[in-house]
Amino acid sequence: MIKIEGLTKYYRKLHALKGIDLHVAEGELFSYLGPNGAGKSTTIRILTGLTNASSGSVFLNNFHIERDRVKAREQCGLVPQSINLDQELTVFENLNVHGMLFHMPHSKRVERIDELLEYVGLLERKRDLVKRLSGGMRRRLMIARALMHSPKILFLDEPTVGLDAAIRRRIWALIKKIQQNGTTIFLTTHYIEEAEFLAQWVAFLDEGRIVAMDAPQNLVSGLGSWAIDAMMEDDMETVYFATREEAKHYIAAREGSFTLRRVNLEDAFLSLTGKKVK
Amino acid sequence: MTYGWMAVYYREFLILKRRLTRLLASMSVSPFLYLIAFGYAMGNEVVIEGHTYMEFLIPGLVAMASMTQAFAIATDINISRFYWHIFEEFQAAPISNLSYVAGEVLAGITRAAISVAVIILLGLLFGVVLRYNNPLFWMAVFLNSFVFASLAVGLAMLVRSHADQSMLTSFVITPMAFLGGTFFPVDRLPVWAQKIVNFLPLTHASHTIRSASYGDPAHHFSYLVLMGIGIAFFLIAVFCVNRARD
Repeated sequence: MIKIEGLTKYYRKLHALKGIDLHVAEGELFSYLGPNGAGKSTTIRILTGLTNASSGSVFLNNFHIERDRVKAREQCGLVPQSINLDQELTVFENLNVHGMLFHMPHSKRVERIDELLEYVGLLERKRDLVKRLSGGMRRRLMIARALMHSPKILFLDEPTVGLDAAIRRRIWALIKKIQQNGTTIFLTTHYIEEAEFLAQWVAFLDEGRIVAMDAPQNLVSGLGSWAIDAMMEDDMETVYFATREEAKHYIAAREGSFTLRRVNLEDAFLSLTGKKVK
Repeated sequence: MTYGWMAVYYREFLILKRRLTRLLASMSVSPFLYLIAFGYAMGNEVVIEGHTYMEFLIPGLVAMASMTQAFAIATDINISRFYWHIFEEFQAAPISNLSYVAGEVLAGITRAAISVAVIILLGLLFGVVLRYNNPLFWMAVFLNSFVFASLAVGLAMLVRSHADQSMLTSFVITPMAFLGGTFFPVDRLPVWAQKIVNFLPLTHASHTIRSASYGDPAHHFSYLVLMGIGIAFFLIAVFCVNRARD
């Protein structure tokens, strides 16, 4: 559904993307994980037509993003990182304008708006101005807007950034539901738990390069199942173990402050790049 | 079937509708003050080209207001680009650059038309009635708004910040508003200055709007100049939308 070959991007002297190759299958939830500045948003901006690539090619549902620009854009919905709703328009008007931009006929727009607002739990706020909505509601509205024209691919750029834990979980449930309905999802995040909870396939991005790409369980399997964070004087050391018992023995034999936990994607990223995702 | 330009225009129209009361009030303030200050202060004794100064001033204000209001969409585009990021919604949509520019330019022309209606009403309050039913008057207003709305879209795509935008207004629009034949006849300037101001589109707009308001013969050359500049600015704006993608 998404095919990227040799994608590069220069911002003057800054080499933001250094040759990205990846393939996302239909119906898959793919997560692009990396620290701030790794190139996640740049990739998504190129895929959705907001920024030109310096070189390489991108196909969305077999449509080339430059040669078949209009067709390629029809395939995808975008939830950008920053809230870009029209604050002076109502919930209905925001969705209606989006439907018009995607050439939907009036009757279909009206029907789809009700259906989506029901889906994201905002039907009762249909006539409210966007500026009257809470942060979580605006995020849900942005997802509804991106789904308005029934895209085959949904791009989510840090969809839960700045939201509290309860709202984040609600958005995750919504994303799962969208994927279960057959939409291919490309998600960028720097929240480890978000990628672990949602993704079937994860790519680690660091300094404009993909350093690993696999199913989440495969990315962490080489490290073991348990980890201990040992507090040093001015640093923290992490040690990995195959079993919980081994980890407990390790703690029992030493003095100090330890945290026992499950191995996660952050550990895999750290072991590959020497850096933390956050 | 909904075309891209319709969606862009519809969004601007909704916002315009929501802000209409505030907009009408702000559109009335400057022309009202100009009419008081220049109209009453200069009185009806001053006669220019066989007309009272008030009759001379109102077509000039029409030219100036249609220019400033059409150009004002640059600020709205700028805010939607840098502050609200709404421009990304258009960039990610399956619409052409031409559709985007057409929708925004049409929105600028609508704003300009409203401001012209405000000035005509104010003129009537001050007892000035000109030939507003002359189609050439509206043609000149349309071309003037087309020129400056197209310029606005192009420049809004090129600027990198809000500060750049206000600087452009200071350097481009303000001098034109005062030198483009709005408040005094251009032929009273020194010859060298006349040559310079004749390059300004607003000078041609003032000529055409004024002569149409008086029912005088049309300045065909000025109409052609406005049309030519308008088309050139429009095409440049279409080209500039691509530049905004980086």
